[in-house]
Amino acid sequence: MQIFNCPFCGPRAESEFHYGGEAGNLRPDGADVPAEDWANYLYMRANPKGATREVWLHVTCGEFFVMERDSVSHKVHSATAIADTSEAK
Amino acid sequence: MSASRLPSGGSAIDRSRAVSLSFDGREIEAFYGDTIASALLANDVAVVGRSFKYHRPRGIWGAGVEEPNALVDIAGRGPNMRATTEPARPGLIARSVNAAPDALNDTRAFLDRFARFIPAAFYYKTFMWPDWHRFEPRIRAMAGLGKVDPAWKAAKAADRINHHCDVLVVGAGSAGLAAAKLAAQAGKSIMVVDEQSTAGGSLLHRDGEIDGQPGPQWAEETVAALKRDGHQVLTSTTAFGIYDHNLVALNQRHHDGRPDTLWRVRPRQVILATGAIERPLPFANNDLPGIMSADSALVYLRRYGVRVGRRIVIATNNDSAYEVAGALAKAGAEVTLVEMRKGPLPAAPEGVRRLAGRSIVSARGRMRVDGVTLDDGIALPADCVLVSGGATPTIHLYAQAKGRPVWNEARAAFLPGDPVDGITLVGAAMGDTKDGILATWPDARMKGRVWIDYQSDVTAKDVALAARENFVSVEHLKRYTTLGMATDQGKTSNLPGLALMAGITGRSVPETGITTYRPPFTPVPFTSFAGLNGGELMAPVRRLPLETAHRARGAVFQEYGGWLRPAHYGGADAERAIQEEARRARRSVALFDGSTLGKIEVMGPKAAEFVDFIYYNTMSTLKPGRCRYGFMLAESGVVFDDGILVRLDEHRFIVSCSSLHVASVHARLEEWRQDRFGRDAVYIHNATAEMATLTVSGPQSKPLLAALDLGLSLDDRDLPHMAVGEDRFGTDRLRVARVSFTGDRSYELSIRADRAEPLWVRLKEAGKAFDAVTIGLEALMILRAEKGYIVIGKDTDGTTMPHDLGVAGPRIKRQSDYVGRRSLFTEVASKDDRLQLVGLAVAESEPPLPAGSHGVTRDKGMTRSQGFVTSSHMSPTLERPIALGLIERGASRHGEAIDIRHLGTVRRATITPPCAFDPEGERLNA
Repeated sequence: MQIFNCPFCGPRAESEFHYGGEAGNLRPDGADVPAEDWANYLYMRANPKGATREVWLHVTCGEFFVMERDSVSHKVHSATAIADTSEAK
Repeated sequence: MSASRLPSGGSAIDRSRAVSLSFDGREIEAFYGDTIASALLANDVAVVGRSFKYHRPRGIWGAGVEEPNALVDIAGRGPNMRATTEPARPGLIARSVNAAPDALNDTRAFLDRFARFIPAAFYYKTFMWPDWHRFEPRIRAMAGLGKVDPAWKAAKAADRINHHCDVLVVGAGSAGLAAAKLAAQAGKSIMVVDEQSTAGGSLLHRDGEIDGQPGPQWAEETVAALKRDGHQVLTSTTAFGIYDHNLVALNQRHHDGRPDTLWRVRPRQVILATGAIERPLPFANNDLPGIMSADSALVYLRRYGVRVGRRIVIATNNDSAYEVAGALAKAGAEVTLVEMRKGPLPAAPEGVRRLAGRSIVSARGRMRVDGVTLDDGIALPADCVLVSGGATPTIHLYAQAKGRPVWNEARAAFLPGDPVDGITLVGAAMGDTKDGILATWPDARMKGRVWIDYQSDVTAKDVALAARENFVSVEHLKRYTTLGMATDQGKTSNLPGLALMAGITGRSVPETGITTYRPPFTPVPFTSFAGLNGGELMAPVRRLPLETAHRARGAVFQEYGGWLRPAHYGGADAERAIQEEARRARRSVALFDGSTLGKIEVMGPKAAEFVDFIYYNTMSTLKPGRCRYGFMLAESGVVFDDGILVRLDEHRFIVSCSSLHVASVHARLEEWRQDRFGRDAVYIHNATAEMATLTVSGPQSKPLLAALDLGLSLDDRDLPHMAVGEDRFGTDRLRVARVSFTGDRSYELSIRADRAEPLWVRLKEAGKAFDAVTIGLEALMILRAEKGYIVIGKDTDGTTMPHDLGVAGPRIKRQSDYVGRRSLFTEVASKDDRLQLVGLAVAESEPPLPAGSHGVTRDKGMTRSQGFVTSSHMSPTLERPIALGLIERGASRHGEAIDIRHLGTVRRATITPPCAFDPEGERLNA
């Protein structure tokens, strides 16, 4: 059972969180987005080994945040509210 | 007579309190403080069980959790309990495992004579023809350990305790207690756990002084001081696993009949003072009863006052057995020390005959050892043989935490390598001992049957066989021979086994490697993991605020998407009750508890822009006080949810999503809010559980509501279909929405959940005059299906897009972006053979089509699916079956006949529009 840091609530058990996908998967807006770009947005993932940036949801409080962690050692490096990241609109 | 209880001695037992227990039907006299094992030894019971495969007689090997042989089934406690750790309790009934009728007279002992025909993995090679399953039941009956008592039930649910502390010390021996003492002095909060029933570890049976005090006294005082300062010290508690971020799991055993407790401890720092486990020595027949770990013999002598033999041979390759030899000689045994090392040796203890530079090559005896033969041919008689093959440091938790053990040649052991964050090892677990050792490993050339793994019945020959067949990797060796796979997890056997494989393959031990360490270190009962998670608490249901009222009315409850809801109110004949409810709902007026419907409020300056983006339909054009039906799509374009959006005012909406999707819709609203719109632009509040929603539906709904004398005008000009009004019921705010899931005029009344009951009672009272009927969810499902109203996930699947459901307008007309938009214009989304929503009609006299049956067509000689039936009911109002389905090109095939196939039978149906009842929608305002 890992411990994640919700930016809103602080450290909580892993079972309170849902995985929300890889961070930085920016949505291409509009009806005329090339099919390949849209397919990349929908389906293509890097699935990196080691250092990762991921979106997580703290289910109990509703906070979406970006967590930097290591998928091998399970070390957690940082957690930033998604609205505070540079990618948020 | 060989093993016996001495007239005095034994620090663990209370000789003034006799305890009588039963083993294999035999009465065993013991003392309070004994373990089952020490009681059996005191009564000179040599054979305590039979081996797993060959049914060889086996005796007690050790004195702790590493015990491979002495497993017993204990009535009322469970199967396969280690006799070495279970206390002797008055009236305890223990039976040996894997033996019938008992360990001494096992009828399957003949199997051992066929041992050469059933080596490791024989079952992979035999019983293949004609079919393994023919042999399986009998082989399974012959294999296996203890017997599960199917009638046994835990007296109460096992406790599970979460605990936080600064320092968790695993092992309360000298190293662990010293570490705990230091940490306590540094002001840390501490938890110390030890698997023995008394703290102290080897201090309890080995000579030694700490701070001028005898070991046991120092241990006792240290523990008392820790407890006095508020620290926790748990005995009979094994730290069996370490998980992510150093969560440590403990199994605490109780001796009062309570089930074991599972502790989940979150320490900042873990100190492993787990000590080491003594290994056996390899020689032929080294599994005979009476051959024991030397260190354990000292435990039995000093803790329990039991001398394990009278004429004892002790074989050793290290210093630790000297103290054992000396103590047993002093206790009156005739002791011969077979010292495998040459050269400078410690002085032989007084009264002990030592033969240096020799080793045992074989043991003799049938039901128990009666002598050994040395490598120089000398035969020594013995009623007990003690062996000390060196100490294997207990580094399981370190290795489980992804630490990498490193081979240490001088200590002949794997020791902890690189440090792991938050974990420190101390004492014998670090290899911190002074016993000079001559590494002794099994050798493939040894004569006779040299046992490596007692519990899995693996011999040196089995390991050699695995090597010949090229299972040379340790992980393959383990699975091919089952070495180390028994309930003791190879605590005494893994290292000798892999060292043997190293020797056979000409590799070094570190080159050969070790198998992965996995939890649990010792077996943990399932009851501990289950805890309270059984029965209703397995997956707790959500309950309606009006559940009691519904039950009083005879509601039959079912679980729907996690909610416990009334299915119908009709007692035993469910089908009839449901039909009657649906029929009466169309005739007069129905009352329905729709409290589970989603009520997620969306507020804020950008609320309108937000709902436009979230919904497939344009929602910003909705006027305040009005409602609109719409779809939410996934980014893949697939319909994710449908429902009504209510606009209360310019900047406030209520998303009335389907009951099943409240949590997921709420999460996606939050995600788009936080990621795209900004936390100050929109606010979202899930009010689903705060509000109850009671629905009044049917031709008599308006007069019924009028009879309630609410202030609100029910005139259709003031409150038309798809409008919302605010009112009060008593002092509580009441929201009245004219939306319909039945196709009849309907009013949804939403009120504070805790004030819903008076409203419900009032509706029922007033309803009497209108022949009102209370309906459950099943009747509602019929009413909505008659109208062709869909349930997402039932009438749609993971490919259904809005234009498949006949809602193509926004796809064609909308200019602004919305979730899933781009996906509606892909090649797949534009194909003309997509599955589309239709109705399916059959003849009046026929039964309904089975839901899930397929529409089929013949295509190039093959039968091919063209879609399937999604909902199917008998309509009491139409007096004929109705069905909805997703059928290929269905929207353009109305009137066409189609074959519907189910479990081999084919029926004919006619494709129709989805709506089978009141297609003009006149009843919405009737």
